[in-house]
Amino acid sequence: MLLEVKDLDVRYDRLRAVKGVDISVGEQEIVTVLGANGAGKTTLLRAIQGVVRAARGSVRFAGEDVTTADVPSRVRKGLVLVPEGRQIFVSLTVHDNLLMGAYTRRDAGLAAEIDAIYDRFPNLGQRRDMPASVLSGGEQQMLAISRALLSKPKLMMLDEPSLGLSPLYVQRMFDLIGALNRDGLSILLVEQNTSMALATAARATLLELGTAVLAGPSGEVAASERLTSAYLGAR
Amino acid sequence: MSGYTGGLLVILCLNIVMAYAVFLPVATGQLNLGGAAFQAVGAYTAGYLSATYDLPVVPSLLASMATGAVFAFLFSLLIMRTKSVYLVLATFAFGQFLTGVIINVDALGGSMGLSVPAHVEGWTVILFAGLAMLLTLILMQTRFGLAMRAIHDDDAVSELMGIGVRGVRIGAFTLGGALAGVAGCLYAFYFNFCDVQSFDASSSFYLLLFVLLGGTQTIWGPVIGAVFFTLVPEVFRNVLAYLPAFGHGATSGQVDTSWRFILLGMITIAMMVYRPEGILTRIGLGAIWHGVGLARRGRQGT
Repeated sequence: MLLEVKDLDVRYDRLRAVKGVDISVGEQEIVTVLGANGAGKTTLLRAIQGVVRAARGSVRFAGEDVTTADVPSRVRKGLVLVPEGRQIFVSLTVHDNLLMGAYTRRDAGLAAEIDAIYDRFPNLGQRRDMPASVLSGGEQQMLAISRALLSKPKLMMLDEPSLGLSPLYVQRMFDLIGALNRDGLSILLVEQNTSMALATAARATLLELGTAVLAGPSGEVAASERLTSAYLGAR
Repeated sequence: MSGYTGGLLVILCLNIVMAYAVFLPVATGQLNLGGAAFQAVGAYTAGYLSATYDLPVVPSLLASMATGAVFAFLFSLLIMRTKSVYLVLATFAFGQFLTGVIINVDALGGSMGLSVPAHVEGWTVILFAGLAMLLTLILMQTRFGLAMRAIHDDDAVSELMGIGVRGVRIGAFTLGGALAGVAGCLYAFYFNFCDVQSFDASSSFYLLLFVLLGGTQTIWGPVIGAVFFTLVPEVFRNVLAYLPAFGHGATSGQVDTSWRFILLGMITIAMMVYRPEGILTRIGLGAIWHGVGLARRGRQGT
């Protein structure tokens, strides 16, 4: 397994936001984490990236224990998080935003990779020297994902990438996730768009109030009654 | 370098060096309201070494740079956990604390101030203003400079990109402290005197105003702010004297020019309301370059 999280606890003071969660992502696999608001999905991703500390449990990535590693070293190992809400640097140019994604890298070949991104997203290429704030919401999300790609990740974690996007861009977003995965990238996806996430992912984990209540192949999770009750609150 | 214009130019250049000293932490999102205190560290380092050990200019400059950097480094470690208005208050308190210490140390002249034997000419100060501008320009083009701007935009996302946010903030604060130390040394050697009143809270306020109202988005903001806030009061001083309301026709001793600071205050408030992003913005700079390009092409066309 590329990522193996065991018995992970995250606390905010006395609040246990994540309680004993196990989750794993294999090489070139897409795994999705589902759950209602406040289920602990974002906290789980932030703990895996090292932004918040694990109170208990372990995180192994690419064969190494990274439970106590800081964020920059996890990025260098190939673990990257695209945060919720298209968090781009609004006053930096599109091009500088992309350069920030490669901050931990010191190898050559960056220029060619950035050109490839401009080929894939001509809208970004045309606005490369403009502040990133001029981009539309969908374009900003593409920029955020492209920026994360430039850190040369093995595993990309996406927190609600389709949030607030037009239907056209939601489709493009999932197409992009599929394309990146076929190119060899492993993906851990947090989504509110449950049906599209389950259609894209091989496996799914359902969180309820910080606890993993259901995990398995996407087809099984999709068919489970627990899924609807988790979102609707019925028992 | 002498006379009113020359003296004004040197003060302007000292202000420019200090504006960049404050700009560096501000560019990473750390408002520094203790700028003048770090200048005082440099001034008293140079003043003390010169008065006591007769240390020449160049080693004094290096010593001032070092003490400014060390003070800023230690202080930034201390305040790293504070944010927004608390950070501003912490820097302000540090300034008050430091001037309070200096005024009570007899070896530094206390409230009498310190006479400084070594001297630099005005052109040296002008040279350093250019140097401060150039070094900041170069720094902001580097990886480190880009990280500073990214942190200014969004420190949480910067961390996700693998930037050591803490390290960059401490680094920027320390570089600002080193620059402030240099400015302090130049101040002490140019005026051959330093006293804590020159590095008081209102100086720190002005320094932050230079940067915020000059504009923090481009590296030209601090110099524009320094020029504006240094020269506008002087322009008022000369203009007001010709207006009857302020004593035109009276003998020079009766000309009331204190109104200029009231006018300056009103202008400052108006700028905060109508142009909080500062005089020069990145878009404004882009428009200027665009205009220059058009003019150049126009000339080539004819």
